[in-house]
Amino acid sequence: MTVLLAALCGLLTAASVYLMLSRNLLRFLFGLILVGSAVNLAILTVGGLGPSTPPFVPEGSTAPTGPVANPLPQALILTAIVISFGLVSFGLGLALKAWRTLGTVDVDAMRAAEAEEAEPPSVEAPPEPARPRRPERPAA
Amino acid sequence: MSWLVTLPLLVPFATAVALALIPRSHRGAGALAVGGAALLLAAAALLLAAVLQGGPVVARIGSWPAPFGITLVADTLSAVMVLVTGVMGLAVAVYATGEVGPERTRFGFFALYHVLLGGVVGAFVTGDLFNLYVWFEVLLIAAFGLLVLGGERAQVDGAVKYAALNLVSTVLLLLSVGLVYGLTGTLNLADLHLRLAAHPEPATVSAVAALLLVALGIKAAVFPVFFWLPASYHTPPVAVTAIFSALLTKVAVYAMLRLFTLLFTQEPGFTHGIILVTGLLTMVVGVLGAAAQNEVRRILSVHIVSQIGYMLAGLALLTPLALAGAILYLVHNIVVKALLFLLAGLMRAFGGSFELKDLGGLWRRHPGLAVLFLIAAFSLAGLPPSSGFWGKLALIRAGIEAEALALVVAAAVTSVLTLFSMTKIWSEAFWKEQPAGASGPISPPPGRLGALRGPALALTALVLLLGLLPGPFLAVADRAARELLDPGAYAAAVLGPERVAGAAP
Repeated sequence: MTVLLAALCGLLTAASVYLMLSRNLLRFLFGLILVGSAVNLAILTVGGLGPSTPPFVPEGSTAPTGPVANPLPQALILTAIVISFGLVSFGLGLALKAWRTLGTVDVDAMRAAEAEEAEPPSVEAPPEPARPRRPERPAA
Repeated sequence: MSWLVTLPLLVPFATAVALALIPRSHRGAGALAVGGAALLLAAAALLLAAVLQGGPVVARIGSWPAPFGITLVADTLSAVMVLVTGVMGLAVAVYATGEVGPERTRFGFFALYHVLLGGVVGAFVTGDLFNLYVWFEVLLIAAFGLLVLGGERAQVDGAVKYAALNLVSTVLLLLSVGLVYGLTGTLNLADLHLRLAAHPEPATVSAVAALLLVALGIKAAVFPVFFWLPASYHTPPVAVTAIFSALLTKVAVYAMLRLFTLLFTQEPGFTHGIILVTGLLTMVVGVLGAAAQNEVRRILSVHIVSQIGYMLAGLALLTPLALAGAILYLVHNIVVKALLFLLAGLMRAFGGSFELKDLGGLWRRHPGLAVLFLIAAFSLAGLPPSSGFWGKLALIRAGIEAEALALVVAAAVTSVLTLFSMTKIWSEAFWKEQPAGASGPISPPPGRLGALRGPALALTALVLLLGLLPGPFLAVADRAARELLDPGAYAAAVLGPERVAGAAP
């Protein structure tokens, strides 16, 4: 089982590296989600795949009786999932914002923050038409 | 006593909540943010005083005993870093009240600012490896918010690069934390010190250490992986750049100082060898990159990279003098770097631009600003008797003692090249005549100028104090370095002396 999970981690990482090498910001984010899952699996695996009995402490005693699953890696993964959920949501929001303000999700074409001299004319962000047409929402 | 170490954490988060709930006005939010930052400074001063008097302060969250619950630990290094965070937090908060407009305030600028300070303090005082990762995320998400708030084109562009590369480093950090847990079955730093020292496979430990080094290296912006920094740091308002440059990369440097003295000292030839080489390359590449820039904020940003190299080099030598030098240099650099960014903000307020070609004649029109810039620039380059001199002196002496000639040469050459960059800003912005057609000063509203000038004056005074009266600062840095090199005492403070004595062979 450990070998299987290790191989799965490797597969996920390989796929995510392929995605993250893309110049498209969205593909990069998808790669990030994948590699996050690979890392979570890795934590589960290195934490030891013991018995799957839940680690409950029976009433009246202070320690679980018999072998139980290690709850700590799961607690770590849960925290990591929540955090990566927040970060990926921010990343998606940022990608949307980039599309609206810069008119592209190609990170090579994003040069708004570069020095003026270094900006070749060919990678100017396309003008208005690239923006998605979307009715303005009334300000909340 | 243990409340002393939780207080600097509670203050910024309480302030952030208050800022999100209470103020309706821009001025009210600014006043609340400055007040919260002042309280943080006071709490940090209390903590440092307690640590200097009675040794490390330890708090067990929820009263769970040490290796099981999360521990907060403040030794001298942590307390010093928390105090510096307090100083910079207050100075930049005051500056921000003068710079940041009501629009950004309405979207929670000051609340995010205090979350950032809280995250930084958390990373400095935590005694748990996974908790360190969580604090990194807290400060990262606040930094994302501050970086992108305002939504200007350059800001969005910078934020995309900043976010992408920092998210990758986050994943690597999480993986290495997980692997350390897999190797030892614990996450408490003191417990990890004992278990990793007794680990039967030092080569495996070193491999995990190398992965951790890459993760922290991206966050600290060291040589091959620093490109997110020059791509983003010049885009947000000056107050944001100043607090980023003061604290963010330095949190990663602190984490390296902590982890590579407490946990990973099994094979220093390998791990600290990597740190030395990357440190040297970071110094030289950073300073050369800065020499090629022509915008004040960009020059200063790329210099951040170069100066991280000095701190890493000090860590790599692992001698008391080198570590003391690295700590002194770290503190000096935090202050002087933020000061230079604040001065860049003033240069724009008076001269109308950040571009060197559009600036000029500031020496004639604003001699006070010119003097402040000279002091800060000399200090950054490390000319005696400025504050940068003492840290560099200690580092170079430690390099000579350790016969690391490459370090000595690189440190000296980098200093000279730093001076070159500073001279460039000086001659372009201050000395040359104001170019024809330059836009006039972008004066902030009259009441606000004091808020911009005050922090710059206060930080300059601090830089002068560090340079002219280095004695007490050297003594504290020396004490912090000795504590770092005696991890047994740290472990004993957290776990109790019996546990440490039992683990010793």
